[in-house]
Amino acid sequence: MASHSTNEFRSGLKVLLDGDPCVILENEFVKPGKGQAFNRVKLRNLNTNRVWDRTFKSGENLESADVMDLEMEYLYSDGEFWHFMLTDGSFEQYPADEKAVADVLKWLKEQDVYTVTLYNDAPLSVSAPNFVELEVVDTDPGMKGDTAQGGSKPATLSTGAVVNVPLFINVGELLKIDTRSGEYVSRAKT
Amino acid sequence: MSEIPRGSWQATASLAALRSRAEQSLFARGFFAGRGVLEVDTPIMGRHGVSDPNLDSIPATLKPSVGYAGSRAWLQTSPEYHMKRLLAGGSGPIFQIARAFRDGERGRRHNPEFVLLEWYRPGFDDGDLMEEVADLVCGWLDLPRPRRLSYRKAFILYAGLDPFTTSDTALAHRCSRWVDAHLAASLSRDDCLDLLMSHEVETALISEPPTFIEQYPASQAALAKTSLKDGVTVAHRFELYVQGIELCNGYWELTDAAEQRRRFERDNELRVKAGKPEMAIDERVLSALEAGMPECAGVALGLDRLLMLKLGCDDIAEVLPFPVERA
Repeated sequence: MASHSTNEFRSGLKVLLDGDPCVILENEFVKPGKGQAFNRVKLRNLNTNRVWDRTFKSGENLESADVMDLEMEYLYSDGEFWHFMLTDGSFEQYPADEKAVADVLKWLKEQDVYTVTLYNDAPLSVSAPNFVELEVVDTDPGMKGDTAQGGSKPATLSTGAVVNVPLFINVGELLKIDTRSGEYVSRAKT
Repeated sequence: MSEIPRGSWQATASLAALRSRAEQSLFARGFFAGRGVLEVDTPIMGRHGVSDPNLDSIPATLKPSVGYAGSRAWLQTSPEYHMKRLLAGGSGPIFQIARAFRDGERGRRHNPEFVLLEWYRPGFDDGDLMEEVADLVCGWLDLPRPRRLSYRKAFILYAGLDPFTTSDTALAHRCSRWVDAHLAASLSRDDCLDLLMSHEVETALISEPPTFIEQYPASQAALAKTSLKDGVTVAHRFELYVQGIELCNGYWELTDAAEQRRRFERDNELRVKAGKPEMAIDERVLSALEAGMPECAGVALGLDRLLMLKLGCDDIAEVLPFPVERA
């Protein structure tokens, strides 16, 4: 397995730390006077999503983690696994467990494309595109003439997600949602 | 390796920063001309590299030539050895704006090649030289005059421990808040102190007024005289911190050749322990000390960092035309 020395650490590099795959967020070289050099590193543990601050002696090595981000289409769920398929034409499928899809579950729509992070060839996490288009399945009836003014109401989308939408939105409409904030953006352009 | 991005032929420093760089050199030269300090140029490539266990010299290879045995030379990590030979030869006060090279040092405040303003003052001690450093720095930056704080007091204030009396075990334990337990246990006492210096003391100094840290532990004396102070041996070494940035490193210089030889030998023992190559002892600098280097104080000040402070830059690349990635 390849390893990386602290002076090769750059943001985005995937390494193994305490047995967990981590992505490096920041790496700062510090060295007092004529003293020992250290690297203060910020990493995100890809298993727990927690951010770690850890200092290494400069020149220390960490094993690289076999982590890859790949584009995959969501196919279906069998209740235990959520199945994704590579979009590169290979039709290769990967089952993701509940932990891997936990964060994306409320935005998951069949045939949409997601980024699947593979660790040792198994899905570690799934992330949604920045914007998804989802149908409204339940909301209070729309009010005509309220198109400009503020005011909002909750709407339940086809995935079960509940978002605040303007008063004029009706059941059956397709909405563009920002998955990072979980907020309504606009009606989807059809 | 990653592809070199388009446009990378351009300088990382702005034209305005390059102009300030030139002004800064003029300012330094004017400062020393006004004080009768002679500008010198010593080799940036020398037969000997520094023995300091935490500095890695960059090697160069030469074709054999008459009077130069072997083919190995080293880019100098600072001009100190050559400048001391000039002092022993009777140069009087001297300064130099010198290129210096330290392998493996790259970060927001480090580039493997950088510029040192180094000067030596016969007849000065560390206290006198701190005054002169303050004159220079406060003449260039708009700063209050720095205060003086002992290494011991700084650790007590900002890290909450006494760096002279805390046990090795307690120090290592303290470091385990920053590093994993395995590494903490493998750190030497000075490594632990360096870690706490960079992680706790320096970070606290970011929001403090300009500060000279002085009276370092004797184990970190490098080329400074030592003396007894409050029951512990301290080195007559000082560093200036401005906004948490370490700006200079100065000594009341050791002139005792036998003691200097012991320190070179100790450095090499530490290098071997750390798995680093031993550095041949520079007999010429020892001969110069034996011949009689005048009592003096000397200091090296990082001009790139001084310019970062002048311009409010956060990254050394903003003041270097071409950092190592673009060199």
